Amino acid sequence: MNTRQQCKRIYSWVGRAKSSDQKMKTFQYRGILIKSERSLTEMCILLGEFVLVEGANADQPFVAKLLKLYEDGSQEKHAVVQWFSRITELPLNKRKLLRREVSPQEIFLDKAPGYGTDINVETIIKNVKVIPLAPEEVVPVRSKGKQIFFVKESWDGKCFKPLSPGLLSELKEAEKKKRVGSPTPLTDCQVFPSDFICSLKAETDRVTRSTMKTKNIQMEIESRHSASKSSLSKERHSQRVANGINTPGARKKLQLNSPTKSRNKLTGCNVLELLGDDCDALEAREPSATKRKVTFTEILGSPPKVSRTNGEPDSPQTMRGDWSKVAETIRISPYRRGQDSSLKAKNLDGKDDDTCLAEEQELKTRRPVVIPRSHRKCVQKTTALIAEQLHFLNISEQDQEDDYLPSTDCSDSSSSEEEESMVPCTPKRKTRSSTTLSTPKSSWKPSDTTPANTPRKSPEPRTPKTPRNATPRIPIRNQATEKPANVLEEARLRLHVSTIPGSLPCREEEFQDIYNFVESKLIDGTGGCMYISGVPGTGKTATVHEVIRCLQQAAENDELPSFQFIEINGMKLTDPHQAYVQILQLLTGQKVTATHAAELLAKLFSTPGPKRKTTVLIVDELDLLWTRKQDVMYNLFDWPTQRQAKLIILAIANTMDLPERIMMNRVASRLGLTRMSFQPYTYKQLQQIISSRLNHIKAFEEDAIQLVSRKVAALSGDARRCLDICRRSTEICEFSSQKSASGLVSMAHVMKAIDEMFSSPYINSIRNASLHEQMFLKAIIAEFRRSGLEEATVQQIYHQHVALCRIEGLQIPTVSEIIAICSRLGACRFLLVESNNKYLHVRVRLNISQDDVMYALKQE
Amino acid sequence: MSKRKSKETSSVNGECISQVQRILRERFCHQCPNGKLFGVQLQYKHLLELLKRTTIHGESNSALIIGPRGSGKTMLLNHVLKELMEAKQVRENLMQVHLNGLLQTNDKIALKEITRQLQMENVVGDKVFGSFAENLAFLLEALKKGDRDSSCPVLFILDEFDLFVHHKNQTLLYNLFDISQSAQTPVTVIGLTCRQDILELLEKRVKSRFSHRQIYLMNSFDFKQYLRIFKEQLYLPAEFLYKPFTQKWNKNVQSLSEDRTVQDVLQNHFHCSKDLRSLHMLLMLALSSITVSHPFMTGSDLLEASKSCRMDSKANIVHGLSVLEICLIIAMKHLNDVYEGEPFNFQMVYNGEMKVSTLKSINITLLLLK
Repeated sequence: MNTRQQCKRIYSWVGRAKSSDQKMKTFQYRGILIKSERSLTEMCILLGEFVLVEGANADQPFVAKLLKLYEDGSQEKHAVVQWFSRITELPLNKRKLLRREVSPQEIFLDKAPGYGTDINVETIIKNVKVIPLAPEEVVPVRSKGKQIFFVKESWDGKCFKPLSPGLLSELKEAEKKKRVGSPTPLTDCQVFPSDFICSLKAETDRVTRSTMKTKNIQMEIESRHSASKSSLSKERHSQRVANGINTPGARKKLQLNSPTKSRNKLTGCNVLELLGDDCDALEAREPSATKRKVTFTEILGSPPKVSRTNGEPDSPQTMRGDWSKVAETIRISPYRRGQDSSLKAKNLDGKDDDTCLAEEQELKTRRPVVIPRSHRKCVQKTTALIAEQLHFLNISEQDQEDDYLPSTDCSDSSSSEEEESMVPCTPKRKTRSSTTLSTPKSSWKPSDTTPANTPRKSPEPRTPKTPRNATPRIPIRNQATEKPANVLEEARLRLHVSTIPGSLPCREEEFQDIYNFVESKLIDGTGGCMYISGVPGTGKTATVHEVIRCLQQAAENDELPSFQFIEINGMKLTDPHQAYVQILQLLTGQKVTATHAAELLAKLFSTPGPKRKTTVLIVDELDLLWTRKQDVMYNLFDWPTQRQAKLIILAIANTMDLPERIMMNRVASRLGLTRMSFQPYTYKQLQQIISSRLNHIKAFEEDAIQLVSRKVAALSGDARRCLDICRRSTEICEFSSQKSASGLVSMAHVMKAIDEMFSSPYINSIRNASLHEQMFLKAIIAEFRRSGLEEATVQQIYHQHVALCRIEGLQIPTVSEIIAICSRLGACRFLLVESNNKYLHVRVRLNISQDDVMYALKQE
Repeated sequence: MSKRKSKETSSVNGECISQVQRILRERFCHQCPNGKLFGVQLQYKHLLELLKRTTIHGESNSALIIGPRGSGKTMLLNHVLKELMEAKQVRENLMQVHLNGLLQTNDKIALKEITRQLQMENVVGDKVFGSFAENLAFLLEALKKGDRDSSCPVLFILDEFDLFVHHKNQTLLYNLFDISQSAQTPVTVIGLTCRQDILELLEKRVKSRFSHRQIYLMNSFDFKQYLRIFKEQLYLPAEFLYKPFTQKWNKNVQSLSEDRTVQDVLQNHFHCSKDLRSLHMLLMLALSSITVSHPFMTGSDLLEASKSCRMDSKANIVHGLSVLEICLIIAMKHLNDVYEGEPFNFQMVYNGEMKVSTLKSINITLLLLK
């Protein structure tokens, strides 16, 4: 989510340095405290926990396990991590090795070499839950709770292996330890004074306001809490937490839980792993085979709580963390409790079990129906439903649960609240609304935010929008294309510029230079720029693409570190700043505005990116990226100079002296001196290109090929032109095939094609103009000669025209006709005519040389 | 009895004349693809082959049709397209996009129009008409997806091509030509323009991507062919309902073309402009004089029409001026001769006029009254 990146986080250590290394001047710590600036919430991450680390794509942060935290001599906070890879991070061709469907929640222990495990602490976003699974276990299916990950296999860059038992148990141990030792967000709304609950209860219908209120209160508590810095106040806080949990409601709940405790021991030990997780509570709602099992685990949610309430708080610091978490999760927990209670009741009351189940299912089935309504209605409806159900349960168990009622009601109201507060957090709606509405949530624990239950996620009926990245295409043709029927057609097909040749002849040297440059940078893991220039049609882009193709091949064969290849073209952008958007989109798939994209990219390339591959960026038509401030070019060439960027830029443009001509000094200096210029092809090279394209198809006479090459080399050295002429001459040959004996393209055909393409049309069209038009041109020249100027008005020319007509004995045209003739010639651009309505005083110039006109008119 | 017969013939004639006028007017005013082409057989063949290759073999191409106004560029293209569409194989495959430089004044509008004509807007809902940048990326993406063998060929026809050249960076042209030169969806870009210097207007990288096929239309016929065209234009089709009238009409046209005065009129017209549209204009005026009582075109009709065609508009205005106004203009003409085009003020004109009117007022008025 973009908003997450924008909000600043403050990082500080937990406790004092655990140990210090005098030699390296590093201090090691056992945890880190992340404080979000905007939401004023804090979270504590200890060693051994799993964390999300900012990556290129903000929607898909990396997963890693925290191994070590230290601060080096320069006061920079570092972390050493063990990476885990999502399936999407693995190379496409290796994914097939798995031979099974992989759920998006599954991650792999990444043992592949090449990724630095030392990251900057600032890139850590938050902690995340990772559950290790034995090889035979199946990854639980869940619809939306994607912030829980499962690890089952490891990946070492070549193949997948199941986790070794030792490793598995180690991971599990860590998981368990974390759960017991570290603060699981145990939750109780009893922390709030009871009058608040009452007010909530009264205001179930006015959900919005109450949400605001809870937020306010939370904020208040937070601020109060953060303001209190002295250890005394901290103690008081811890006391309050302890007291809060010991409220009658909670005690009652614990009692209620106790009988089931015996039962849950029957369930497998793997259930234990799912213990105490908020997310799991919601899993109960899913109609899955494991439902029953999960319901038990939910009720089991209490034991850690017992241990927490009984056990003394270990240190003020952790209590602080606890407290913030408690505050954070308040809004969520009651809902779970509501669910808990209903399920609990079901378990306790054996007779009513079936009916309860039916009701539960009904609730489930009815919920989706509610979706399309407006949000508020939806909330009310569900609240009503829950209330109804609870009421039913309460009647059946009144004697047991009389004092539990208030808290269930509270859960109703706050569950509806939860829904409302969840809404802006859905990943789709991450726009402005979420930044304004749900600021504190950006730092929520992922397990808190994600369980936003699937069906109720869409609060208002949204118009069915097509997927964001719908790729349109031109319809498929009905009939197949015809295959070339004869040699000439085959030759024409091969000579088309679009045909990608197997190799690029005559550019071997340039190819090798570029290849070596990119290869060396890839191996070093550094970045750099290269500027490639050359007139159009000299194979710049084709050569660069060929290089990339070869490099990709090499990377696939594991001869080179893999890299990411993206390409932008200045001509295909509407505005230079769109370059940022395109790069970001190609890099991470995000679609944002230009300014935002620039920020994101700058951040991406300037921060020490964990797990980043080298990026090879081709910037075609570089000169089009010129802006007055040259900020686009500056940024493009500044990024590779940064150590962490790992960016290789190949910039292509037409002019050799572009850096000197249009770039400011600071841009040109960043571009560096690695330059290459593609010379126009010589006639021999062109000849070779044609013959290699034809590839032993006998369609051209040797002389014909040579003629084309020599002509084009003399004119421009543009290979495109050369191929076009060849193509045209095959056409000419085909039409006049009865005339030529051999059926091959001969010199005559080529000459005709060249004439068609290069001969100036002026002379021919002057000869085909009408008599008075020709006369008018003559009159212009006569007037120019008379006045000695290169410009005349129509009036002056008219006098000459009339005189000429008298000599020739032609009918004298009227002024209107002369004006019409003048404008006709002007439209063809034989003349440059002033565009105004001065009638006879319009100024006229010749757009072609006087000699051409004289030559064209003399022939007759 | 004879009275009734004459009445009948006249009624037939009336019907007949209105039919004739309808047919001929349609021929002169509309650029119907049924009309005949004159002297462009080579160009026709070239263009037809080009488009055939695009549609049947999926070969990308680009070409420009260049010729002065009224030389039949659009007509040529329409003819080719009409013949092309007769083949079923082509009809089902080809997609056409018609753009006009006068309508699509910038690339943004042009892109929208292209997406609309390719009927791609329903593919992505309202997403297409996002920003200009999105639109371009979208279209390029769409065209990139295709390949030579499987995608429908797209024919881009850019009327008033020279106006597209003035779009910023020539982005649209670059991209269209680039697609035509790369292994993407097969496209053929046909530009129609009257500017002879069009290639010099293209930016060098755009120019390099253009295949340099130029089809020139020159009006390259002489007066004999012009006469034949004149006859062709007036002939009634053989399938015309009133056979005897058709015969008579066609015979009259033949004799017209041999008439000396008619040839003179046409010669003058031909010297002024070879444009067929101006010939149509002339014939149109002559046609309007045909009535039941005057069922066949005569030389004098054409002469009249030619006169009204060639009328000098400014001279016409002078004809309708009052005496005083004419006097003022005469005075101005004198001054203009005296000062050789230098400007003069009203006082001078007035003085000059006073001189003229006091001396010769009576004479002039008498002269004018006569």
